[in-house]
Amino acid sequence: MTRITHLLSTAAAWCLGLLWILPLLYAFWAALHPGEYATRFELLAPLTMDNFRTAWQQAPFMRYMLNTLIITGLILLFQLILCTLAGYALARMAFRGRGLVFALVLLQLMVMPEILIVENYQTLSGLKLVDTHLGVALPYMASAFGIFLLRQTFLTVPQELEDAARLEGCSRLGILWKVYVPLAKPTYLAYGLVSVSHHWNNFLWPLVVTNTADSRPLTVGMAIFGAPESGVQWPIICAGTLIAVGPLLALFLVFQRQFVQSFMHAGLK
Amino acid sequence: MNRLNQLYAWLMLLPALLMLLAFTYLPTVTTLWHSVFYPARGSQPAQFAGLDNYRMLIDDPVFWQALSNNLWYALGTVPLSIALALAMALWVNGRIGGRTALRLAYFTPTMLPMIAVANIWLFFYTPEIGLFNRLLECVGLPGINWLGDPDWALPSLMLMTVWKEAGFFMIFYLAALQALSRDLYQAAALEGASALYTFRRLTLPLLMPTTLFVLVNAVLNAFKLVDHLFILTKGGPNNASNLLLYYIYENAFSFFDSSYAATLTVILLALLVTLALLQFRLIERRIHYR
Repeated sequence: MTRITHLLSTAAAWCLGLLWILPLLYAFWAALHPGEYATRFELLAPLTMDNFRTAWQQAPFMRYMLNTLIITGLILLFQLILCTLAGYALARMAFRGRGLVFALVLLQLMVMPEILIVENYQTLSGLKLVDTHLGVALPYMASAFGIFLLRQTFLTVPQELEDAARLEGCSRLGILWKVYVPLAKPTYLAYGLVSVSHHWNNFLWPLVVTNTADSRPLTVGMAIFGAPESGVQWPIICAGTLIAVGPLLALFLVFQRQFVQSFMHAGLK
Repeated sequence: MNRLNQLYAWLMLLPALLMLLAFTYLPTVTTLWHSVFYPARGSQPAQFAGLDNYRMLIDDPVFWQALSNNLWYALGTVPLSIALALAMALWVNGRIGGRTALRLAYFTPTMLPMIAVANIWLFFYTPEIGLFNRLLECVGLPGINWLGDPDWALPSLMLMTVWKEAGFFMIFYLAALQALSRDLYQAAALEGASALYTFRRLTLPLLMPTTLFVLVNAVLNAFKLVDHLFILTKGGPNNASNLLLYYIYENAFSFFDSSYAATLTVILLALLVTLALLQFRLIERRIHYR
């Protein structure tokens, strides 16, 4: 009896897994075969790279990718600095209003920049930063999630280590840099991966704030590329989509254990 | 010394707080402010509108439709993706053949941009040649105009959302399951408890904090994630699949009515703040578990 349930459960798990991976497999199928095989599935259908070539020529993917890299890099760099400083102050420094500040920070978990696109767009156009990389990055630089995560991690660092470092004449920033940051490495890795994959895939805000290929990230480029008005064919859209998700997907497949563990680490806090 | 310390703390908080002020707190306040003005015309300053924008909102059938769509959307996607996420986590955590491959398959949609997967799913939903209708044809059923039929557009969006989100929530359950104590399960096995009984009386209650956390996140996502609408339906047909944030976007950047967009944002913020208060309570409760 238990063997049958176990077998059934395994079968169900695999069916679901297959369903979950099917769209990606299909994208590969359509992109690697000539147009007439987009809906005909024959094992011996001829393979071709033409779709990738055409897609590559129809949109400035290199430029989009570079923009995405710059934007995610900018965001991550500032997030790490800002969140480390704020996380440390909230974890280890006594000052008036600490609880209130912490609550205010956590508010951003609910009132996310996505919701405030209308006002943030006006702020950015006031700063003359519309259609720039910095403009896309700015609203995300202070991250409540990052501050919270680092605060929780810093709280687990033994106070004695800080006291010892102070006796040896370390400054506050020195202590933060030499004691806290190295001990929080797993958290930094986890947060970094979560942040990069989030902003690599982000769409709405970049759509609002970019106008030209000079600052447009991959996701926005992909939406324009795949729009029915542009009259591009299925296999080519699939090829373009795969080009766009390729780098992150490859990174994910190679480091999938770290990725999953990082997401788990970030989720446990 | 103590005063110096205070100064130091504030200096360290300053960069983060400034950014939060500029892009979270101030915009929240100006949203409220702009919602009681008419849109500025040309170089003239905007005129005070009182509650006119809110009156317009109450009389706007599209707003009510977007709101009810959004509630149905949350109701349709949240419980289903959480249940699937839990099942996935249990499978991947147990003894099952090809565990790593399965985990990878479940998690992959999380790594792909919503825009990219919407491009692929658009093809599945295409009326004539789409994969779903070909499958229906195989079992002798008539095809469905998935995205063009007002009755099917929103469910079609939900289906894709569940596919996209379940693997993400699985990770949180997986993390929680791996942190559970083995002793409890050994004790349960010694008592001769059945698998179902163990799950209901042991696993499920122990996972409660995770479930609450995932629940709040899933509900928030249901209100802030509208990327796929841009590709699949654009809120149509005839607003049958319009959601609040997409409607805000339309008003601000297609109809250029930033005052009405601000008014809609106030409503969405009020909704989210209600959820936020809920979340603060949950966080407090979570601390007791530690």
